[in-house]
Amino acid sequence: MAFLEIKNIYKSFGRTEVLKGIDFSLEKGEVLAIIGSSGSGKTTLLRCINFLERPDVGKFYINGEEIFNAEDKAYTDKEIREKRLHFGMVFQQFNLFPQYTVLKNVMLAQELMRIKGSEAKLTKAEKAEIRSDIEAHSRKLLDMVGLSDKVANYPCQLSGGQQQRVAIARALAMSPDVLCFDEPTSALDPELTGEVLRVIRELKTSDRTMIVVTHEMNFAKSVADKVIFMADGVIEEIGTPDEVFGAPKSEKTKAFLQKSLENPMD
Amino acid sequence: MSFLEVTLNLAEGFLVTLQIFGITLLCALPLGLVITFGSMSKIKPIKWATRTFVWIIRGTPLMLQIILVFYGPGLIFGLPAIPRITAVLIAFVINYACYFSEIYRGGIESIPHGQYEAGQVLGMTKSQIFFKVVLFQVVKRIVAPMGNEIITLVKDTSLARVVMVVELVQSAQNIIAQKSIIWPLFYIAVFYLLFSGLLTIILGRIEKKLNYYSG
Repeated sequence: MAFLEIKNIYKSFGRTEVLKGIDFSLEKGEVLAIIGSSGSGKTTLLRCINFLERPDVGKFYINGEEIFNAEDKAYTDKEIREKRLHFGMVFQQFNLFPQYTVLKNVMLAQELMRIKGSEAKLTKAEKAEIRSDIEAHSRKLLDMVGLSDKVANYPCQLSGGQQQRVAIARALAMSPDVLCFDEPTSALDPELTGEVLRVIRELKTSDRTMIVVTHEMNFAKSVADKVIFMADGVIEEIGTPDEVFGAPKSEKTKAFLQKSLENPMD
Repeated sequence: MSFLEVTLNLAEGFLVTLQIFGITLLCALPLGLVITFGSMSKIKPIKWATRTFVWIIRGTPLMLQIILVFYGPGLIFGLPAIPRITAVLIAFVINYACYFSEIYRGGIESIPHGQYEAGQVLGMTKSQIFFKVVLFQVVKRIVAPMGNEIITLVKDTSLARVVMVVELVQSAQNIIAQKSIIWPLFYIAVFYLLFSGLLTIILGRIEKKLNYYSG
């Protein structure tokens, strides 16, 4: 059984049907790149997986466990909070918390979960211990994305590429099973995309499953194990990078690849 | 009446002015947030009831509201009168809370949606997102318009004399009536100016303090 299974996702906004039956699966440690032109439903798909939109139809599973089923009753806020932690999300616009330092940005959600959200009543000493544990973990993650010298800075003092790397560390802090990236370099100046793509590339390990919505064709080609080309709310083509980029079967894929080669989007 | 006597006399009135100012601010700041939640509620009846209430309060003179709170219960329901200062405080708190609530609402609605979504995907609860992520950013954005309202409040306190609460203006008028001297009435401007000057400095400090980050 695949690690992540997405089954038959449909999603409409009003009368506009954005996703029209999306199915795919990923093995643990696989990197999936989703490509396609604007409006093809890539971002909506990612947002559905992260519970930012609720699919009208469909289910998804992690390790065989049903995480979401559109036919189910409305999930409570608490259930959704627990389920969405299987997934991490890195946004196009970073969405860092501007009033907190880099370190605090990475620590905040962990602190709220483990200290404020603790069911047991914690003593002061226990809280301090958990906090130093969280801090050590967060510093390690910031080191991993190459920002150990920026922990005390505020987001507004960082470049876009650095901010996005903080956002990656922040998403990793919650130890998600699947880390999702929504066009992580689209808001960056061209000279800053490299550092972010390099970090994502370095994150690729045997047990880190990732989904990257991207316009960076070379990145998709070199990092992804699997590529999905989406068009008009359906998966037009799915395969290995060699299959999708090397020998596309669908005419739409061919046309899209042709265009993005002539006229790279970013 | 010597200058010192007048000053001491006016200071008594000024204390009442400060009392109205302080208590109104202390109560209206949090109450405004409650009203904001009402006017932004997803439950339509609550939202519309709150917005109608805010419309009525903002759409009628504060002076009228003070009169209504003080005389209304007795005239309409035959209830015993409440202390004058209490009536004034109730009217001020409600009135200012409504104004504050609209400033809060503007501030909250100006926070990018991505801030909420970032909190959501990190597993935060709605209240954690509001209190740990959004609120501080709102405070930073609304300091200037809140400063405006707070300084207006200093001068609005003079409306309290409509129900014979002896605040600064009324204490000056008492002196005029008793001693037939007019200058104390102009002298009170100094009290208002000094106090609003002090507030301007404090608000400026707060604004500066919040400026450690941009965005």
